Amino acid sequence: MRLASVLRVLWSHWTYRPLQFFALLIGLSLATGLWTGVQAINTEARSSYAEASSTIISNALDYLERKDGTPIKPETYLALQKSGWRTSPLLEGQVQFGDGRSVRVVGIDPITMPREMAALTQPVQGEADQDGSGGLVGFLVPPFTVFVSPGLADLKLNVANIGDVVVSENLPEGTLLTDISLAAQILNKPGEISRLVLAADQKRTRVNLSEVAPQLQRIANTSGADMARLTDSFHLNLTAFGLLAFAVGLFIVQGTINLAFEQRRAMCRTLRVTGTSMTVLTIALLLELLLIALVAGTIGVLLGYFIAALLLPDVAATLRGLYGARVSGELDFHVGWWLSGLAIAVAGTFLAAFWSLTKLIRMPILAASRPRAWARMSARSTLARLAASGICFALALVLYGWGSGLVVAFTIVGAVLIGAALLLPDAMALIISLFEKLAVRPVSQWFWADTRQQLPGLSLALMALMLALAANIGVSTMVGSFRLTFEGWLDQRLASELYVRAADEQQAQQLRTWLAAHPDVDAVLPIWSVETRIDGEPGQVFGVADHRTYRDQWPMLDRSATAWSDVAAGKAILINEQLARRKGLRVGDPVTIDEASRQYKLPVGGIYSDYGNPHAQAMIHVDLLTQLYPEVPRRRHAIRVDPSKAADLSRQISAEFGLGGRSLVDQALIKQRSVEVFERTFTVTQALNVLTLSVAGFAIFTSLLTQSAMRLPQLAPVWALGLTRRELAGLELLRGILLAGLTMIMALPLGLMLAWLLLAVVNVEAFGWRLPMFVFARDWLMLGVYGLIATALAAAIPARRFSKTEPAELVKVFAHER
Amino acid sequence: MLLQVTDLKKSFATEEGRLDVLRGVDLELAAGERLALTGESGCGKSTLLYLVGALEEFDGGDIRIEHQSLAGLSDRERAALRRDSIGIIFQQFNLIPSLTVANNLSFHARLAGREDVAWNEQLAQRLGLTEFLKAYPEQLSGGQQQRVAIGRTLAARPKLILADEPTGNLDEKTSEDVLNLMLELVAETGAGLLMVTHSPRMADRMDRQLVLTAGQVS
Ligand SMILES: Nc1ncnc2c1ncn2[C@@H]1O[C@H](COP(=O)(O)OP(=O)(O)OP(=O)(O)O)[C@@H](O)[C@H]1O
Ligand SMILES: [Mg+2]
Repeated sequence: MRLASVLRVLWSHWTYRPLQFFALLIGLSLATGLWTGVQAINTEARSSYAEASSTIISNALDYLERKDGTPIKPETYLALQKSGWRTSPLLEGQVQFGDGRSVRVVGIDPITMPREMAALTQPVQGEADQDGSGGLVGFLVPPFTVFVSPGLADLKLNVANIGDVVVSENLPEGTLLTDISLAAQILNKPGEISRLVLAADQKRTRVNLSEVAPQLQRIANTSGADMARLTDSFHLNLTAFGLLAFAVGLFIVQGTINLAFEQRRAMCRTLRVTGTSMTVLTIALLLELLLIALVAGTIGVLLGYFIAALLLPDVAATLRGLYGARVSGELDFHVGWWLSGLAIAVAGTFLAAFWSLTKLIRMPILAASRPRAWARMSARSTLARLAASGICFALALVLYGWGSGLVVAFTIVGAVLIGAALLLPDAMALIISLFEKLAVRPVSQWFWADTRQQLPGLSLALMALMLALAANIGVSTMVGSFRLTFEGWLDQRLASELYVRAADEQQAQQLRTWLAAHPDVDAVLPIWSVETRIDGEPGQVFGVADHRTYRDQWPMLDRSATAWSDVAAGKAILINEQLARRKGLRVGDPVTIDEASRQYKLPVGGIYSDYGNPHAQAMIHVDLLTQLYPEVPRRRHAIRVDPSKAADLSRQISAEFGLGGRSLVDQALIKQRSVEVFERTFTVTQALNVLTLSVAGFAIFTSLLTQSAMRLPQLAPVWALGLTRRELAGLELLRGILLAGLTMIMALPLGLMLAWLLLAVVNVEAFGWRLPMFVFARDWLMLGVYGLIATALAAAIPARRFSKTEPAELVKVFAHER
Repeated sequence: MLLQVTDLKKSFATEEGRLDVLRGVDLELAAGERLALTGESGCGKSTLLYLVGALEEFDGGDIRIEHQSLAGLSDRERAALRRDSIGIIFQQFNLIPSLTVANNLSFHARLAGREDVAWNEQLAQRLGLTEFLKAYPEQLSGGQQQRVAIGRTLAARPKLILADEPTGNLDEKTSEDVLNLMLELVAETGAGLLMVTHSPRMADRMDRQLVLTAGQVS
């Protein structure tokens, strides 16, 4: 068959130049691998959230429970309903079945269940709809439908009134969900309610909780709807990284494909002259690319799986620590990854080959092969690049000035990166020609001239290196700044040595009295708060005492001179940065707090940073708080004590009041936990950094290597005129290091720009707070050293190869038609 | 004597076994003398020239340039010899692609530390290159490129000039013009010239002719 023989001829190029083939394969595999890895991490984490949100009921919404932890009585529930509270009863319990399996039984009331619990009811309604009864019949009337997690499919239930047993993928493992009355029967807890889930939209006219059911307390949701927003930005970060790595990988692919096509021009010409039609040739080339893409894609997907498996535990820990999101930390292998991995490999290959392919197709049948012509930078393409770069920067500026939202923020980042990358080759050429002009000795003059001419062939790899370095600097600066700021902020926020939470109001009262009498205790500061609306937004208002702890330590971003005295006098409110940014509030602006019956207006006395919290928050004097909200829970307190006596005091409290665990925390522990989270984030970031950087290093290596074959005609004349191969090899090595060095110097401002964008634009859009930027010059130095070592290694191999080139090889340059 | 080649031997290892290309070549060249080397294609003319030009190493015999033997020279010493004493003009790809014509012209002379600006200018003018000085080699025609190569060699004033079919790629008329110029200029520098050529007409213009057959000259 004609096509087959054409393919065989084309393929012979790869067997002749196996190195090029491997460069292509590795480049494509790495690109696909990083992309798939990041996708895998994202999917896995997201599916874990989905699981978490369906688990939970209790976590997704605020709920009420008894302060003493005992079951809530049905009368209390009815009283609340009557007072305008929208709640739904939920019964929870663990039960051991005959076969020894311990099952978590959850009973819900389908009628009063809040809308927000839709995820949970979906399987229920879906099933019910099938029998045409158009509702919750199977769930509402006996026999009740029972939903079980997949692992409980074979569970034998010896209980009356059981209807269909439906296996639901949406339930976390080991869970059984059914109507509350049946659950009560299974759990043997008739008429009990574990908690009352609160619908998100409550009537404003409802009666205060303290009046209807003083024995109940409201527990704020732990994972909230905002979690999705917070984690989304984390995933967007990861995706951006994955995309960057993929783009960097594509640079390698593009470079090798271009070279392979260029070197096969003569071959293609011969094929065409001997009667192969352009169509057959094109099909053969496309088939060849497809084959390579599929092989590399497969390797890439496997690679991606390993990257993901390696990183997922840290990602999981980060998400759990930062946002309280639960991610399993274990990785499943999805068929979807194969497909998407292969698809992106194929798409990437064709994208990278597009230019080379169109050039080849447009080539006149007898066009001469000009190995150096493609390397010349024409004035026209320079202009085109400058224009494209200008458009990118203009877009970034316009979006910065007038746009908003997370996607816009990332678009700005992308535009700046691409704009800078496009600028790189010409900026380098300018600098190099400057050196060329300054050079006096003939060899150095040649060195610079040659470097400039080699630039176009290396520019893609150098762009890749610059992007990788800039990303490295940018992301490290962001995470580093975050860590530094966060730790400093923790020191300020957690100024007190001990934090204690009493079991109930009575104990809290005793604790206050006991602490007041304790000789070691310097101060007891209330941490009392209510959920309300601040300037129209749902949020928490805290009451603070007038104490030097706050005056000296509180992390204020902006404040009036008399802020603390005003707060003490009940004449000012302090708000967190998130709220200030969202509402455009400044010091002096009035802010309203919604109290159940009326609004209360106070001017802003100061704005403080409040990292890690997506909600609005405010502080007023504790007396004002108790005056406005007499029912405010008064169970939490901070204790000031000589640090050396803190541990001792903690032991005494715990002995006296039986408090421990999460109820009595010392500040060092909280800090340590927070710092651990950052260590994990660092690990993930660092790993991605290293991966991206190594892909870029590999890009440099492959382009130097593939170029080295084309370097002989450039080097042979100089060799013939009296330079040794060693000298020339040394210059080749120097050139590689020099280009990398220049790239690094240019990557530095870009990296800082990126860091600034991440801190001042992306963060503000994603979280609502802006972080100060800290620079870590020592890290850059390390990065620079690593980068230079990597480039030196990448350049050393082709240079060594040249120094070992036989003179016979070199003289061939002058003897053969090339 | 400028160049003395005695019993020079060179063979290549090929897939079919050892290929003895030069089997004891003897020749001499005096300063200012012009010697033509002819022979069938593949007989080893280029090989001989590369050996004399200190580009490749030989297997036996000796080559002496101004009584200095090339045998056993280090890579560095050979490079120095090429730089200081020898000028080589190949059939093609002589020029450094990244340098302009002007820089190509002066490159060898500057490398050897013998740049003579007036002489450079004169060469450029007589070789008809003045209007191309700012151009890059790939923008020139084959004949123009060869003229630059010749100019570069002459600018460096080497004692020994080796030329391997310097006009082999050019048409007859151009070839004639370029060669005339070259002979004229070589005569002015007083260098010895060893030139490989296929053209009997050109060979006739030289002082002496040698034919390489079966690995030996006669
Ligand atoms: N590096 C090498 N390895 C193996 N064989 C070689 C090598 N270089 C040259 N030869 C062989 O040595 C012989 C002489 O080659 P050379 O190039 O010297 O011939 P030539 O006389 O210059 O021919 P032409 O007139 O075609 O230029 C040829 O048979 C050639 O194939
Ligand atoms: Mg020859």
